[in-house]
Amino acid sequence: MKTHRTIKIALQALLRNPMRAMLTTLGIVIGVGAVIAMMEIGNGSSAAIKKSVASMGANTILVRPGTASSGGISFGSGSAMTLTSEDCDAIIRECPSVLTAAPVVRARTQVVYGNRNWVPSSIYGTTPEFLKVRDWTNLSEGEVFSNRDVLNANKVCVLGQTLVRELFEGKSPIGKEIRIKNVSFRVIGVLSVKGANMMGMDQDDTIIAPWTTIKYRVTGSTLDNINQSGSVTASSVNTLSRLYSGDPPNLYPEQSSVQAANNPMPIRFANIDQIMMAAVSTAQIPAVISQITQVLRERHHIRNGEPDDFNIRNMSEMIDTLSSTTKMMTNLLLSVALISLIVGGVGIMNIMLVSVTERTREIGLRMAVGARARDILRQFLVESIVLCLVGGGLGIVLGHGGSKLVNFFLKWPVENSPGAIAAAILVSAGVGIVFGYYPAWRASRLDPIEALRYE
Amino acid sequence: MEIIELKNIYKTYHIGEIDIPVLKGISMQIKAGELVALMGSSGSGKSTLMNIVGCLDRPTSGEYRLEGQDVGKISSDERAFIRNKKMGFVFQSFNLLPRASAVENVAMPLTYTTDSISDSMARKRAIEMLNRVGLQDRLDHEPSQLSGGQQQRVAIARALINRPPVLFADEPTGNLDSNTSTEVLEMFRQLNRQDKITIVLVTHDMAVAKYADRIIHINDGVIVNELPGQNEAGFSTPVDSMQVDEDV
Repeated sequence: MKTHRTIKIALQALLRNPMRAMLTTLGIVIGVGAVIAMMEIGNGSSAAIKKSVASMGANTILVRPGTASSGGISFGSGSAMTLTSEDCDAIIRECPSVLTAAPVVRARTQVVYGNRNWVPSSIYGTTPEFLKVRDWTNLSEGEVFSNRDVLNANKVCVLGQTLVRELFEGKSPIGKEIRIKNVSFRVIGVLSVKGANMMGMDQDDTIIAPWTTIKYRVTGSTLDNINQSGSVTASSVNTLSRLYSGDPPNLYPEQSSVQAANNPMPIRFANIDQIMMAAVSTAQIPAVISQITQVLRERHHIRNGEPDDFNIRNMSEMIDTLSSTTKMMTNLLLSVALISLIVGGVGIMNIMLVSVTERTREIGLRMAVGARARDILRQFLVESIVLCLVGGGLGIVLGHGGSKLVNFFLKWPVENSPGAIAAAILVSAGVGIVFGYYPAWRASRLDPIEALRYE
Repeated sequence: MEIIELKNIYKTYHIGEIDIPVLKGISMQIKAGELVALMGSSGSGKSTLMNIVGCLDRPTSGEYRLEGQDVGKISSDERAFIRNKKMGFVFQSFNLLPRASAVENVAMPLTYTTDSISDSMARKRAIEMLNRVGLQDRLDHEPSQLSGGQQQRVAIARALINRPPVLFADEPTGNLDSNTSTEVLEMFRQLNRQDKITIVLVTHDMAVAKYADRIIHINDGVIVNELPGQNEAGFSTPVDSMQVDEDV
């Protein structure tokens, strides 16, 4: 028996009662439609999140120094002063999976131009590589400072769009001098618009300058400025500690102010706040992490078994967390949709059983003219599969249209999901087989004599 | 040459713990090209006999040879194959597919032939068969648009589509008025004479049975007697005397 003829017979049988066939398949239509709409909307939001993370530099990896501790008191992540710009150079040199890396020194202070002032949310002291890491290389004006500027600690900077708006009221700032904590910087470039990041922070509210300049000219050189926890020691807050001082006794006599003026010896801590780097690709992120761990442990002389004195953070963790949240939502909705598919399947089984009873004589006749049990089984199975596939097809159209409507009216992001469509076709065929099998089996087990005589 | 050979056929139905014997040792032969009527009142076992001869059912014991092949103990798939290739069935209630055209109804058994033929070939053969039963102008009519006699002729065309050597007709005129009955019975006679198709008519009606070459009376599961019919004999035997014989 040819398959196309079986399908033709099934279609004829279904078209004999089109209204019933339509109502029967409605459960499948709704189930598949729900699955498709859920998948498209879920994929859309997950893709939107990934896109916004990607605009932050999805392949970005951040290394921050670990915790410093003194006398059992931990100062928290970033307080150790172990990370240096040489570490950054070594990472660029020795880690093949790292596209590029940049040291970062952060400051937060007032910026003044003329009679206007502003406190940018971030002042980054870094190298020109920073913009490559952040995928931000196209400037809207001017140019980036060079590595020579970094070496010489030149007082030049690149402004974000928000600062141009706030300090210069939109006029071109190129060549103008601004003051950052009373240090004068020449503006040599303006960054392009980046917009807010995922957390809503304005990424254009930024100044970028050579890290050496920020480190040694702006934030100063004392421990207090770098290590926040160091500045708030017990001695400065608790008056009792003046009576019962916890400070260790000075081993060496302190310099008098005259001595200090005669021998200026600025203490230059060469540590940096963090190293930012970009992996060659998102897939390479685990490789990058293991490579930089190895390089930094070696450079910091950490023995086996001792903990790292640095933390590595990557955005892909953030991507994973966010997309797993959306994935969970999608799965939840998907399971609801699957339940409705099962309900639809039970409806199909019900009607197929009715149909088998109704067509007992036809089954008997077909058997009398030479249909084998398996021919009858196949015919009814194909009928139920055709019913489910037609329902699945309508469901795909309905679900796709539904998600398009949601996109149009509610502006939710949606994304076509060929996988979901393929799965919907398979699942509806599967529902057809699972729920069509029992009625078809019943039909095939009929006795032709009884069936022919059935009233 | 014997096309159908039955030897000592028994059929017993089991209902619960009670055995109900329906056929009690039937032996008969039907020659190729014969037109035979199986006669008997309701409950005599004639339908059961036809089901067994028609390969719809299996005998409890006994031997059944069709064209020399022992078909008494073959599997249900093989029986389906024999029903498809070697037998045609005509039923009292026509059993046509509703909402399918005459051509589709006639071509239906071709769906189950193992050497499947193309749709256009199937249609061609169905039209050929409908021509033969005189329904060439009713090809695309559905059963509901046809009269009883026409419907039965469609059923006959369907039975003949695979060119079977044997045709079984179970009360073929039971749902027809006397004029159309005659029409249908004349068609059987014509098929028997011209195409040499062996025909087995099952009936309780003497008027129908008299079209046969031979009338086999069955009562209570055994063959009571055999009489010549009027097919070749030229309508010589009066009907009344037949009915007297039936009561014996």
